[in-house]
Formats: sequence, C-alpha cells, structure tokens
Amino acid sequence: MVAAAFFYLFASVTVAAAFMVIASKNPVHAVLFLILAFVNSAGLFVLLGAEFLAMILIVVYVGAVAVLFLFVVMMLDVDFAELRAGFLRYLPFGGLIGIIMLIELILVLGAWTIAPGVVDVVATPAPTAADVTNTEALGRVLYTKYVYFFEAAGMILLTAMVGAIVLTLRHKEGVKRQDIGEQVARNPETSIEIKQVESGKGI
Amino acid sequence: MVEFWTTYGLPTAIIVAQSAAMLVSLLLIVAYLLYADRKIWAAVQLRRGPNVVGPWGLLQSFADMLKFVFKEVVIPSGANKGVFLLAPLVSTVLALSAWAVIPVNAGWVVADLNVGILYVFAISSLEVYGVIMGGWASNSKYPFLGALRSAAQMVSYEVSIGFVIITVLLCVGSLNLTDIVLAQKGEWGLLNWFWLPLFPMFVIFFISALAETNRPPFDLPEAESELVAGFMVEYSSTPYMLFMLGEYVAITLMCALMTILFLGGWLPPVDVAPFNWVPGIVWFLLKVFLLFFMFAMVKAIVPRYRYDQLMRLGWKVFLPLSLFMVVAVASVLYAFDLAP
Repeated sequence: MVAAAFFYLFASVTVAAAFMVIASKNPVHAVLFLILAFVNSAGLFVLLGAEFLAMILIVVYVGAVAVLFLFVVMMLDVDFAELRAGFLRYLPFGGLIGIIMLIELILVLGAWTIAPGVVDVVATPAPTAADVTNTEALGRVLYTKYVYFFEAAGMILLTAMVGAIVLTLRHKEGVKRQDIGEQVARNPETSIEIKQVESGKGI
Repeated sequence: MVEFWTTYGLPTAIIVAQSAAMLVSLLLIVAYLLYADRKIWAAVQLRRGPNVVGPWGLLQSFADMLKFVFKEVVIPSGANKGVFLLAPLVSTVLALSAWAVIPVNAGWVVADLNVGILYVFAISSLEVYGVIMGGWASNSKYPFLGALRSAAQMVSYEVSIGFVIITVLLCVGSLNLTDIVLAQKGEWGLLNWFWLPLFPMFVIFFISALAETNRPPFDLPEAESELVAGFMVEYSSTPYMLFMLGEYVAITLMCALMTILFLGGWLPPVDVAPFNWVPGIVWFLLKVFLLFFMFAMVKAIVPRYRYDQLMRLGWKVFLPLSLFMVVAVASVLYAFDLAP
C-alpha cells in the first residue's frame, strides 16, 4: 500500500514536471523541471527494485548531461516572445511532423511481436533478489550475452567523441602556448641572470 | 489498524529517530569542524583565531549561526526569486541526505543500501546544482561567472572520482559501504587498508575531493580576488548560512568517504588489546578529523590554481592516470586470481 502511494506520488510528479518542461516560459526553469522529472523517474526505478539503474540515471543524466544542458541554456539569451511570433506560420509544418511520428509509433506498436526466445527466458527460474544484487545480475548478462552490443555502443560513443574533438580542435599559428614541462624544468641557471649594477648607471 | 502501525508506523518512527540522531550529531560536529578550520588556519598564519565567544572561542560557530539567522534576507530586485531561495536549500539538503548511507560503526547506518557508494556519488554529483542555480538566479555577472566555472569544474573532477571508486570496487566486489570497510579487515591492521595498495588513487581522490567541494586551492567559483565571492555575492543571512553549511557538510562527507574507501572506516589501526577496546565510532571520527586537518592545512598553505591549470590537471593528468589504474588494478587482480 505504501509502495502504491509512493508510486502515485513519483508518477504524478514526473508527469507534471514533464508537462512543465514544455509549458514553462523560462528555458532555465524548463531544464530544472526536466531534472525534477529525471529524479522522480529514478524514484520509480527504486520502487521496481532496480536500484542500480536508478543511481546510474541520476549520476549520468542529472549529474552530467543536465548540468551541461543547464550550462548551455543559461548562456543562451532566448527571447520567447520572438519565438512565439512565428508560431502560427510554423503550425501546419510542425503539426504534419507530429502526425507522421504518431502514425509511425502506431505502426511500430501494431506490428509488435514477441520474440520466440522470450518464453524460454521467462520460464527459466530467475535468481532471487537476495542471492544476486542488481549490479551483479546486470553485469552477468551485459558481459556475456550482450557483449557485442555493449562493445558496439562503446565504439559509437568513441566515434562521436573523436568527431566532436575533430570538429572543434583548431591549431592556430603564432599563438603563445604554455608548455607545462618546460615551465617545470626551469631552474635558476637558465632563468636568472645576475648583473652587477653600478650606482648611478643603468644596465 | 494495529497491524498497520506495527508494519509501517514503528519502522517509520525508528527511521525518523535514527535520522534525527544522525543529523544532530553531524551538525554539532560540523559546527566544531568549522571552528577547527578557522583555528588551524589562524595557527598557520600566526594568529589567534576566534577566541572571544565562550571558553577559547568554542561557541563561535553558534554565535555566527544566531547572527546569520537574525539578519534580514536581502533578495536582489532582478533576481529570479524562487530559484534564488531554492538554491541554498538544494545545496544543504543534498549534502545532508548523503549521510543516510554512511556507516559510522559496524551496523550503525540509517540505510544499508546495496548501491551505497553509487548513492553517495550520485548525491555529490547533484551538489553542483546549488551553485549553478544560485549563480544564475542572482542575475548578476560575478555570480554567473562563478556558476559557469563551478559547473565545468565539478563535472570534470567527478570523472576521476568515479574511476577511483571503480578501482576500490574492483578490490571489494560490492557496492555496499559496509562491505567496503569489512573487505579491509585483516591481520595486518592498517597495512591492510586500501590506502597502501591503491596509494596513487588515494592521492587522486584527495585532490579531486578538494576540487569537488570547491575548497582552496580549487575555490575558483568563489575566488574573491577575481569574482568578489563568486556565486555567493548576492546572498545574505540565512540563505548564505545554508550555502556555507552545505559546503562544510559536503567536505565532511568527502572526509568520511575517504575514511571508508581507503582508511578502513571504523576498524582499529592495529587489532590488538588496547586498540580494539576503543569503540569503532571513535576510530571513524579520528580518521575523519585527520583528513579534515589535511583539508584545512591545504587551505592554509596552497595558493589558488589558475583556471586553465585546474582543467588541465583534471582532464590531462588525473583522467588518464585513473583510467590506466583501473586497467592495471583489474589486470593484477585477474592475473594473480585475487578478485573477490
């Protein structure tokens, strides 16, 4: 009963926060509501007994991705009145895209079939939660059955990272750069010059 | 009805009592750590430090608290009022809530989570929001610059903290904080603790913890010589106090986390007669105080880093080093069949 009460609490806050993401006028408020939605979804994961996923959701999405979101949105000077001005003009086009996506979703869900192997998987006795922790259970399937998918995901992320660096890295000529090794290797012999200055005369 | 109270009412009451006991003792300890911080800082600079309120100035923190609470809350007219007041609350509540999973003695823990270390990591990665929200909502340029610096800094150092935690987890085989402490138990006493085999990771974690909690020499978000007081410029009275409280609770949390990960938690340094009579909580507190003393000395001794050097240290030194250590530790554990 308590679990159900918490489910309704988390679920309703998630839905309300998700609505506020698109309804709030201030983009920073929108991102803050997005964070609220993430945290409440993590609460739903905990209710399901998936505590590892809940924590990873918070670490990755709230702790890193949403911080960078907020970072970018804070620096943009978005004027919503200006954006609203073109609302009616773009409405038919946006509506068209929305309808197409809706139809695609319906087609995907309509053609949903259950994989033939699933029945066997469900039939095999699952280890009880007391024997195997969440983390171990995930690790066992992730690094055995799904290891190729896992590696492929890693490769895709690596490619994206290399691509982002290649796009933004520029070597400018003629810019003074700091070489930390060189700075650390300096000693009094190479960097100090001692001169006797007679009084009343410059160097 | 009776059944409802025995299944839900009683456990709730116990949890509330435990949390209250934890919070009260934690806040008392933080009040004296703040005093100790100022005293150590003063001693390094050959000053006396706070010595007026109470004997040897022992009541200074409480006097400061009363002063902050009775001042007027000033909210800038251009500020985003809701977010402005939410920011200090976020930073304090998050810092306090992480203590729910910290075991201070065998079995002395409010919530013994299976994923305890991940919970602490998640909470400490959320602490950046207090700073960012405060900096943005102030609607002023110095707080905003402080918030931007803080966002980049905390995200950068979290990565190496994560890898350090992974090396410890490889040696333990569990994410439960109590298991992490018990895995360091052995006949060699303090030589069994993870600070010795994982010494480079201990150093990296210590420095990253300084950066993660915005302590000097990494206090760029509030660097007074460049940004006045960074994200805290517009804050006064109770909200300011909440920011400071959150910061010190987060520092104490990092000390406690280092104690658990590397210094054997509540275990005595040598497992022989006079030492193992001392209750575990005393050892735990002594270790936390030792680490806090190191934090305070660093604050007193080391000059502030330049921002680009801070980023270079995080991404070009700590990240490759900790990544390499994860691979090295995993290979050693696998090669010598030491993995738990």
